[in-house]
Amino acid sequence: MPPEVGAAGLPATRRRMPPWLATAALLLPSYAWLTLAVLLPLTAMFVFSFLHATPLGNKPVVWTLEQYRAFHDQPYLLGVAWTSLAIGLWTTGICAVVGFAAALALVRATAGRTRETLLILVLLPFWTNGLVRVFSWTMVIREGGFLDVFVRWFWPSAPSLGFLYTTPAIVLGLVHGYLPYMVLTCYIALLSIDDAVIEAAQSLGARWWTVLFKILVPLAAPGLVTGAILIFVPVIGAFMEPRILGGRVGVTMGTVIEDQFTQAFNWPLGSALAFTMLAVVLAVFATFSGVLRRSAAT
Amino acid sequence: MSGVDVTGVAKSYGATRVLTDITQSFESGTFTSLLGPSGSGKTTLLRIVAGFVAPDEGSVRIAGADVTGVPVYARNIGMVFQSYALFPHMSVAANVGFGLGRRGIRGKAARAQVEEALEMVRLPGFGARHPKQLSGGQQQRVALARAIVIRPDVLLLDEPLSALDRRLRQEMQVELLRIQRESGLTTIFVTHDQEEALTLSDKVAILDRGRIVQMGRPAEVYERPRTKFAAEFLGDANFLTGIVRAGRVEIAGAAIATEDRLPPDGATVTLAVRPEKIAIRPADAAGSGALENSLPATVASVIYTGTALTYMLRSGDLSLKVFAQNSDGSPLAEGSAVVLSWAARHSVSVEG
Repeated sequence: MPPEVGAAGLPATRRRMPPWLATAALLLPSYAWLTLAVLLPLTAMFVFSFLHATPLGNKPVVWTLEQYRAFHDQPYLLGVAWTSLAIGLWTTGICAVVGFAAALALVRATAGRTRETLLILVLLPFWTNGLVRVFSWTMVIREGGFLDVFVRWFWPSAPSLGFLYTTPAIVLGLVHGYLPYMVLTCYIALLSIDDAVIEAAQSLGARWWTVLFKILVPLAAPGLVTGAILIFVPVIGAFMEPRILGGRVGVTMGTVIEDQFTQAFNWPLGSALAFTMLAVVLAVFATFSGVLRRSAAT
Repeated sequence: MSGVDVTGVAKSYGATRVLTDITQSFESGTFTSLLGPSGSGKTTLLRIVAGFVAPDEGSVRIAGADVTGVPVYARNIGMVFQSYALFPHMSVAANVGFGLGRRGIRGKAARAQVEEALEMVRLPGFGARHPKQLSGGQQQRVALARAIVIRPDVLLLDEPLSALDRRLRQEMQVELLRIQRESGLTTIFVTHDQEEALTLSDKVAILDRGRIVQMGRPAEVYERPRTKFAAEFLGDANFLTGIVRAGRVEIAGAAIATEDRLPPDGATVTLAVRPEKIAIRPADAAGSGALENSLPATVASVIYTGTALTYMLRSGDLSLKVFAQNSDGSPLAEGSAVVLSWAARHSVSVEG
């Protein structure tokens, strides 16, 4: 648009908005909402984490750093943190293997309507209520549950395979809930790989495992890393799956923090633990962002 | 020993027949172009030789060994793709060394061969770069180096130059020819560009609807096309259809001579005459008696391109095209009466 339009007789009010105004107008609603809905409560929690006790009633407000010493004062929390970390690693690892394989099959072996249908089926866990999803597993894997019934069809005297209230049960429930993230991120990453690149590798003498580990996995690494972050971060804070499927063994950082808010009514300790975890997660992000940037640059 | 032998190969996708009974020998060390329009089956034939597509019938032999049932990775082929298909996450040296690694050649020996291959494609010292840092022409050279470094039994090129711009393409044609001559590799080159095929090849095979209609040296195929399709696809051609009478062909009232064997009197034949083989002169000018054929015509239009002229002419109900050098700077006017003449050996009898 020529700059002299106003001088050519058009009224000045018909001039276009400056571009920054349009950008601001588009961004403002989301950022205003995010500030209100996320930043304010989070700030409040951060402030709480420096208090001695929950500031309700007439208790005096006492500032302290003692909540952040929790890992030092209550060594059992280190064990809990380790459990959370192990569950997070197992869940992410299983999701990576299973999700990558599924994404690979979708990209390489399906097309058109079949692919669309299969992709929508991958999203099913997102459409079911989380609580229903987790509780349904208790019916499957408890002693004498559907799993046992099914096995005893073929082998009537089979011992019970039920593994409810164990760590594998927690991982099973978490994999079920978070697998779609990995399938989708890997699917997008694999979709962008040119078929000719795979054919070139084969023509040079590469068998399927060489193609997989030297071509497909490295080229889909950004998808794997994104999926891993999307899964690992919420999983180490998860409390529903550990509580329902883990029973007595299901004590994780997620459940401990939840307890501080709902049972012990110790909001400051809950906030301090939550922010400690946030710090760990940010450290994980910082580590992986380097990897991501490097793989994006090549 | 022959490089590649294809025997009785046929391929259908569903009800569509892509290739029909292809039997062809690609001699060791020769550069053969598969030339045809899209859908003629040339890429499918290349992919059958590579092993990406299994033929429904027939067999493929590479360097004497039957490879019909052998998977791609075990065939010892070098292939260059239209999209370059370099491994984007690897350096140039790792790309070129990939095939060597698969053959157990690593370390110092591999590095020396990689550097040698990069020198051959005129990219010495580029090993540490990444594909993204190279231009299209350089990427295609790396792809070529990657394919030849493994000393394949056959080099397969799938329209490798068509993604490059015109100038770069001509440069790469020269390079490709030099590299093929230096390496002595049996090469099969798929293209839809006739000029490229004529420039580069020892042999040209013309494909039409899943069949090889003609194969031979470029000049042979160009000068003596066997079918109407071959004549039309490779270069330009005027088709004159008439009845055989007393060893000549009667067309538009004229008796046209040819050196080709003709069917008995009364049969209908089609002669192809290349537009640049026809001499054009004003009807009132003195004739040159050396040319056996002459045909009166009228200039319908002239296309002026500087160095050359294209005349569109009419002779009775025949339309003809003639290419002439712009030697005296004054093209014949539209509507003027002219006489066209050409030698008997330039009337080539072609199949429908």
